[in-house]
Amino acid sequence: MSTTERTEAVREDGVIQSVSGPVVTATDLDARMNDVVYVGEEGLMGEVIEIEGNLTTIQVYEETSGVGPGEPVENTGEPLSVDLGPGLLDTIYDGVQRPLDELEEKMGSAYLDRGVDAPGIDLERSWEFTPTVEVGDEVAPGDVVGEVPETESITHKVLVPPTFEGGEVTAVEAGEFTVEEVVVELSSGEEITMHQEWPVRKARPANEKETPTIPLVSGQRILDGLFPIAKGGTAAIPGPFGSGKTVTQHQLAKWADADIVVYVGCGERGNEMTEVIEDFPELEDPKTGKPLMSRTCLIANTSNMPVAARESCIYTGITIAEYFRDMGYDVALMADSTSRWAEAMREISSRLEEMPGEEGYPAYLAAALSEFYERAGKFNLIGGGEGSISVIGAVSPPGGDFSEPVTQNTLRIVKTFWALDADLAERRHFPSINWDESYSLYRQQLDPWYRENVAEEYPEIRQWGIDTLDEEGELQEIVQLVGKDALPEDQQLTLEVARYLREAWLQQNAFHDVDTYCEPEKTYRMLLAIKTFNDEAFAALDAGVPIEEIQDVDAAPRLNRMGTAEEWTEFIDELEADLETQIRELY
Amino acid sequence: MKEYQTITEISGPLVFAEVDEPVGYDEIVEIETPAGETLRGQVLESSEGLVSIQVFEGTSGIDRNASVRFLGETMKMPVTEDLLGRVLDGSGRPIDGGPEIVPDERQDIVGAAINPYSREYPEEFIQTGVSAIDGMNTLVRGQKLPIFSGSGLPHNEIALQIARQATVPEEDEGGEGSEFAVIFGAMGITQEEANEFMADFERTGALERSVVFMNLADDPAVERTVTPRLALTTAEYLAFEKGYHVLVILTDITNYCEALREIGAAREEVPGRRGYPGYMYTDLAQLYERAGRIEGREGSVTQIPILTMPSDDITHPIPDLTGYITEGQIIVDRSLNSQGTEPPINVLPSLSRLMDDGIGEGLTRGDHGDVSDQLYAAYAEGEDLRDLVNIVGREALTERDNKFLDFADRFEDEFIQQGYETNRSIEDTLEIGWDLLSMLPREELNRIDEEAIAEHYREEAAEAVGAD
Repeated sequence: MSTTERTEAVREDGVIQSVSGPVVTATDLDARMNDVVYVGEEGLMGEVIEIEGNLTTIQVYEETSGVGPGEPVENTGEPLSVDLGPGLLDTIYDGVQRPLDELEEKMGSAYLDRGVDAPGIDLERSWEFTPTVEVGDEVAPGDVVGEVPETESITHKVLVPPTFEGGEVTAVEAGEFTVEEVVVELSSGEEITMHQEWPVRKARPANEKETPTIPLVSGQRILDGLFPIAKGGTAAIPGPFGSGKTVTQHQLAKWADADIVVYVGCGERGNEMTEVIEDFPELEDPKTGKPLMSRTCLIANTSNMPVAARESCIYTGITIAEYFRDMGYDVALMADSTSRWAEAMREISSRLEEMPGEEGYPAYLAAALSEFYERAGKFNLIGGGEGSISVIGAVSPPGGDFSEPVTQNTLRIVKTFWALDADLAERRHFPSINWDESYSLYRQQLDPWYRENVAEEYPEIRQWGIDTLDEEGELQEIVQLVGKDALPEDQQLTLEVARYLREAWLQQNAFHDVDTYCEPEKTYRMLLAIKTFNDEAFAALDAGVPIEEIQDVDAAPRLNRMGTAEEWTEFIDELEADLETQIRELY
Repeated sequence: MKEYQTITEISGPLVFAEVDEPVGYDEIVEIETPAGETLRGQVLESSEGLVSIQVFEGTSGIDRNASVRFLGETMKMPVTEDLLGRVLDGSGRPIDGGPEIVPDERQDIVGAAINPYSREYPEEFIQTGVSAIDGMNTLVRGQKLPIFSGSGLPHNEIALQIARQATVPEEDEGGEGSEFAVIFGAMGITQEEANEFMADFERTGALERSVVFMNLADDPAVERTVTPRLALTTAEYLAFEKGYHVLVILTDITNYCEALREIGAAREEVPGRRGYPGYMYTDLAQLYERAGRIEGREGSVTQIPILTMPSDDITHPIPDLTGYITEGQIIVDRSLNSQGTEPPINVLPSLSRLMDDGIGEGLTRGDHGDVSDQLYAAYAEGEDLRDLVNIVGREALTERDNKFLDFADRFEDEFIQQGYETNRSIEDTLEIGWDLLSMLPREELNRIDEEAIAEHYREEAAEAVGAD
């Protein structure tokens, strides 16, 4: 949370009137909606959420035990904002952008204490600033004026803030500066530093949205292969507990080919966030070989941290994502889980005694969700160029029932739906994404990319895979009644092929060093190998070879080892050749 | 400290009183009834001039003349190492006839959240000696792994077996401190169940390294909202200040949630699903998230909460919200129980999320993960086939299918079934796993590394089955 310009904006202070959990009311407070206030003797951070006559209602981002009526409330006069500038990456924040490592140091304890504030970016640290403009250049809002090497893999671009007028550059500095020192001066009298603030509930401006045409490659076969998401797209992953939402989100955060990853852990488990903090610095980006952490910004508001900060962490995350988008980067934001965010809204809403909508959620749930997802997209930037934000939201429907309001309202907005399935998870089919229920509306617009970059026949081969899986679904219903042996041989063979599709292609082991990431070419080649088996096997069947003999060829089970094969090109080449020879030998 | 005689309303577990000075939220209150009894409560809402108080022991005996004292502090638990071996009531007062507790420290019972940055990721394997858990849903130090059970199922036996047998293998060799300190928090369980636990603790000598908190079925319901917090505060103290590895057993979370609902209803809050308060997720998280390890501290808090699913419904809000917070779940199954399997743990819907990091080379054994996956997949396939057999009969199935059916039967009889007194090492568990997997043709073992198959697969077993 931003602390810099607090003093000059202080308005009239108030007095606490009542305290009930995270909701505090105050009298005599001169405040606007969404102003940030400091509550009580300890100065707990809060936000104004309702004003009624002389009574102001505040949601407090910290525990309120021991706070009582009569204590002061101080208004900052500023809306909840985030600090933007170099130093955002390779950092872990709480829901109101306080760096958790800094908090540990300041509090001197492993527990989160109250009333401690810390700026979102280090104000002391100096950065190497290299200007990209010269005196005399005209600059407008959103234009790049200089660059800072922020981490090993990311160059931070310093922009003219969108709120500035712009004008002619009158002075430029180069060298080591802290984020608060002026690096560029304009003829309008405006001074540009590397530090900006932006209110989280307001989207940063951009020009029109474009139709995204490039996939966000995730290295996950079922996603890249069947249900791709575009760079600038939106996706939802709903599923009951234990179905692998978090593992899927982690896989995406690790392997998605975005420039920047913002990972928001909203109301989830503390140990999961710790896992990310411990794992990511050790992992390498498969493309650049640089540590994954150097492109990642983590926001952790675990389930036992204050509920109001859970409501705000989603906004904190998307605002940081927008800032990097404005530099022309492709950003991927993972929110795990949007249900916890919705529940936080519900909790606050019920403490305000608002009239509830469906299942106790506030009536503005749908509006809040769509407002959030609409901040995703591929944008033409105000400073020129393009940038994108892809949003992937996990949803945790109670009892795994997708008919509940959060899932339903999310599905009305997002274009990719990855349905997690408890049945698949139970038989340890991971990722347990159900191929019948899931969909991606981006397939058509991404096909040209796949044709050009993977293989010309890609969409056709994929359709073959989908058809085979569909056919299996239908045949399974019959098998449930009469048993597999009662089916004609060609249908038995289809079942066998579909089994390989499921076990060898759709299943992917996130914990296996090789299998955890699968490039699109490999995804395609693996599918093609199964199709080779299919084609050879059906040819043999037509030639009168009994199905048992075809099933028993030595090479077939090797299909299951394709995913974990290190030298996959050789492995698959050899396998295809063996399949061909061995099956042809049968007739 | 000011005393008031200003009670304006008494309703269910709540008392409303007028005050003329500010009272802090969550502060502790003492109410003295005209009969001279002192009851304790907590401020639920504080506004100028009026506070609402939730009384732990229930409001019976309070009238409008009762005097109300605000202690000016939030609820604290007196903690000391001497608590080990003691039995306390649901509010933390000794009921074992022993001496008064002389605290080293008094700690706030609403624990602050652990900074995720300060946590250490749990990855030390705990051997519980139960194959269904060790082999397929491994527990690690610092995990929260609940037992989802139902009325009339032997969840207590399972919890006791874990409490008795849990060790961390490497430390066995060192020969020191491998046992856990056990904190037992009972919420609304019957006297009989309580006796069962106490008898077992005494029989095995576990009481010496235990602290027992007892809120029984006939104790005030509101007190149940405090009991687990007292238990966890004690656990955190022993773990992070005194270096103990602590195992916390909380039973029964369902009763705890009922108490939350009761308070919510008394406060006329807008209810969430099935009448439970909308903040139940946050509230439960404040309990469960107190498990874990902290960087640079010796001890750990491992939690095994027990909950009974109303009518065995896993989508009921209590198990549902719990499952979203905890790191997996162990599911006790009614049909396995009636079949006489001990422990009747159904591994298919059970899960341990922290398993992958707690097993493998150097921790348990290199093939552990693969064996577990393969057992899961094979058992799931066998289970599916059972439905089919009911329709078409065994003869209509292929030889392969019949093998999977046999596998499922033997898996239940030999792997899951072990009795509550048997303590199996992880080696034994995995060897039984290989015995069973060797019933299946070698090429069906597609989840296992080829080297591991070469090392462990028993050729004779496969032939023997084939010859049947």
